[in-house]
Amino acid sequence: MHTPKNIIQKIWEKHVVHQEEGKPDLLYIDLHLVHEVTSPQAFEGLRMNGRKVRRPDLTYATMDHNVPTRQRLVINDPISKKQIDTLQENCQEFGVTLADIHHPDNGIVHVIGPELGLTQPGKTIVCGDSHTSTHGAFGSLAFGIGTSEVEHVLATQTLWQAPPKTLNVKVNGKLGTGVTAKDLILAIIGKFGVQFGTGYVMEYTGEAIRSLSMEERMTVCNMSIEAGARAGLITPDETTFEYLRGRRHVPQGEAFEEAVAEWKALATDEGASYDRVVEIEAAEVEPQVTWGTNPGMCIPITANVPNPDETEKPSEKDEIKRALEYMGLEAGQPISSVKIDHVFIGSCTNSRLSDLRSAAEVVRGKKVSPTVTAIVVPGSFSVKLAAEKEGLDKVFTDAGFEWREAGCSMCLAMNDDIVPPGERCASTSNRNFEGRQGNGARTHLVSPEMAAAAAVAGHFVDVRQVSAAQEVR
Amino acid sequence: MEPLKTHQGLVYPLNRSNIDTDQIIPKQFLKRIERSGFGQFLFYHWRFDDEGNLRPDFSLNNPKYQGASILVAGENFGCGSSREHAPWAVQDFGFKIVIAPSYADIFKNNCVKNGILPIQVSDEQVQYIIRKAESEEYQLTVDLENQVVYDNEGFKVSFDIVPYPKVMLLNGWDEIGVTLTYEDKIAEYELSK
Ligand code: SF4
Repeated sequence: MHTPKNIIQKIWEKHVVHQEEGKPDLLYIDLHLVHEVTSPQAFEGLRMNGRKVRRPDLTYATMDHNVPTRQRLVINDPISKKQIDTLQENCQEFGVTLADIHHPDNGIVHVIGPELGLTQPGKTIVCGDSHTSTHGAFGSLAFGIGTSEVEHVLATQTLWQAPPKTLNVKVNGKLGTGVTAKDLILAIIGKFGVQFGTGYVMEYTGEAIRSLSMEERMTVCNMSIEAGARAGLITPDETTFEYLRGRRHVPQGEAFEEAVAEWKALATDEGASYDRVVEIEAAEVEPQVTWGTNPGMCIPITANVPNPDETEKPSEKDEIKRALEYMGLEAGQPISSVKIDHVFIGSCTNSRLSDLRSAAEVVRGKKVSPTVTAIVVPGSFSVKLAAEKEGLDKVFTDAGFEWREAGCSMCLAMNDDIVPPGERCASTSNRNFEGRQGNGARTHLVSPEMAAAAAVAGHFVDVRQVSAAQEVR
Repeated sequence: MEPLKTHQGLVYPLNRSNIDTDQIIPKQFLKRIERSGFGQFLFYHWRFDDEGNLRPDFSLNNPKYQGASILVAGENFGCGSSREHAPWAVQDFGFKIVIAPSYADIFKNNCVKNGILPIQVSDEQVQYIIRKAESEEYQLTVDLENQVVYDNEGFKVSFDIVPYPKVMLLNGWDEIGVTLTYEDKIAEYELSK
């Protein structure tokens, strides 16, 4: 009898190239995704040492962080332009496939990996970007790395890594109507804190997780890093296999069925254990809004902004105070009373077709509040085209949203899409750190539905009431 | 990288503590796409004024330290962020060795990854070296194999270093170089897939 293993341990063991006393494991990497910001010095390092990319066939590059979303081809910032041109040259020199700005496969790295079927169950996947955890939705072990690690993977297709501890995040029961995957992951981080995953790889399990679509699962896994975990994954199942069937880079026909059989065997064995288990009841989760300066500072839309004087832990008092000050909020004010200036629907967390569809449903036939500037930035070229085919662009523009080209955009404000100092943005992205969307910008993380509803109302509203009213009519 | 077995070189003394990565290389140079060429920005705001003119009063601009390859500084050298640009700048400027009473952990690791030897000795010994180097053209010899630093006037001090980084520096290996010694294993793994 062999010891029962969880999926994380199984994937790990399959990828160990070499093990020796006193050293981390040498881990094989199946897929290396590359973008323009964290790769230039890595390629330069290869050049300085006369090294090659070991497996260009397992390496795939795109441009996303700097790409302008108004006019794709007009890059005003010379440094952005240089990063983009450099990636082009490096990919050419080292023989790496690149979906550049002109390419129909271009988009945010964590959106196109799954779209193209590059992301597959059981793979080890790395990228010089912390939200690489997104790909875990497929049952792959996916994590972000730094520039010298990017170079290491380019040259050797491996990394020295200590085996992670494993954490089971169990979500029991079903999510209520109007409650999304974004609300779920925010509620998880809100409940257990922004560090509970540190040192772990997480597996999300339970009924609520099983009933999520692939795009919803990506939203959940995307934010694993905001809980401190380098990676978070979900065991692949029929939902996963159906999503992947026929995609460009997955095996086709007979070979696909063989792959499915292999992927099924990855599932956690009966009786396998984890280093830690946490549980949450899905039915208790309400639509969430972050009020502070990290993703764990979130509350249900029905709640009030916390009061630093009422917190139980004195150490939190100062933190809450500082966050309220930065965010320009009053202690104890209802979050639904908070007026917003900007709405950003996009980022690798919530810019896929289903996200745009559900946001469009909320704004259909309505108008964006005159005090709000609202933009929609699809996650990829192909999401954009698919949405336009369904007429979603029209729904958004009729309502007064700007319909943009694909890219990271206002998620991190590296291109021209910036929230001005002191202004407030309802954003479907994943980080609300100080200055993330621009110097002094105030970010509130929400689901696409909640962002859309806030755009119309001019302040946060409970999307469940908005949709209920719609149904009555 | 070049193997570093023994090294003799001119000492540059920088008698300050808590020199952080922002001082080693200011933020505005991080958006560059190059790996090399960061040396020109080393200690930028100390070496240059707001107009970009050389500050003659900053010691590193003194011609007598030209060509120095051993940097000696106060405690907690390299604190701040984990950016790899800091050791890149130190190395690109021409320093092969840093001597200080203590370092920020990440900076120390990043030094070894980039072929710089960070030597840790006591505060008194650092102060002795700094005084000598401030008053005269002072040369030190570093013998990594035997883990000693000495001059030709009888000053001699030994230092500790963890075995793995020592082997890497002695052989001129970078981490990738080390991994490439496992290439057979990697190839074997690829074949078995
Ligand atoms: S959308 Fe935001 S979080 Fe995602 S890859 Fe781009 S910058 Fe990073």
